[in-house]
Amino acid sequence: MRRFGLRVRTGTTRRRFVAGAAAGALAVPLAGPVLLRAGRASATQADLEVAIREITRGARPQEGRVKVDAPPLAETGTSVPVTISVDSPMTETDRVTAIHILLERNPEPDAAHFSFGPRAGKAEISTRLRMFAPQRVFGLAAMSDGSFWIGSIHVEVTLAACVEIDVK
Amino acid sequence: MSARIRVPKQAKRGEVVEIRTLLEHDNESGWRRNDEGKIYPRNILTSFVCTYGGVEVIRGDLRRGVSRNPYFSFWLRAEATGELVFRWEDESGKVFVEKAKLEVV
Repeated sequence: MRRFGLRVRTGTTRRRFVAGAAAGALAVPLAGPVLLRAGRASATQADLEVAIREITRGARPQEGRVKVDAPPLAETGTSVPVTISVDSPMTETDRVTAIHILLERNPEPDAAHFSFGPRAGKAEISTRLRMFAPQRVFGLAAMSDGSFWIGSIHVEVTLAACVEIDVK
Repeated sequence: MSARIRVPKQAKRGEVVEIRTLLEHDNESGWRRNDEGKIYPRNILTSFVCTYGGVEVIRGDLRRGVSRNPYFSFWLRAEATGELVFRWEDESGKVFVEKAKLEVV
């Protein structure tokens, strides 16, 4: 039953993605109501927005400057290579201070955060992620001037990282 | 568990070089079950830090979205010959440290 439920939600995600892509923006306004539901296996759009707002302290990130690279189709979600790079000169005064990686349909949308010290040569990080469903991978960049920028890519996952996850 | 690091031996001053790291670690999320339905106890890597000559290059605050055998690659600007220190820590408190030298010419 749990598996079936997960698949149904996956379908919803795809439709939402298409709707979001058509709107050319995040599918739901960031100021939307926070819906907390018990007993679910994956994050919702609201969870993603909460995670974003926690990082930006309520500010709405601007779209652009962040490039997310990943294969459009991953056979399994256990280890999906992702590279996030941000357009920045990385000088002392004009730099990226952090890149946050968010996964909109994972049980925990907040995947990893990377902060860049003075010796970082580029605002870029590559890693491998666990993905529980086909979904968008977001890169959220925090700049030294206090602004936030966001970019994303959609990754189709044939076999999720772990479908046998317990409900929260 | 062991770490694999790729650091160029030499770099020119001011050159931006790629550093690649992989730590062999199950990075168990606590979401995975065995055939009997029992959950594998959670023990993820929570932190990854790389310093170069004692100065921070990158710091990862890691959650459960990172895969098993965590892989990270990133770029540093070569300033002077110095030591790179890589440090990972997991939830059980275990610390893994690896070092490499970068010669700047």
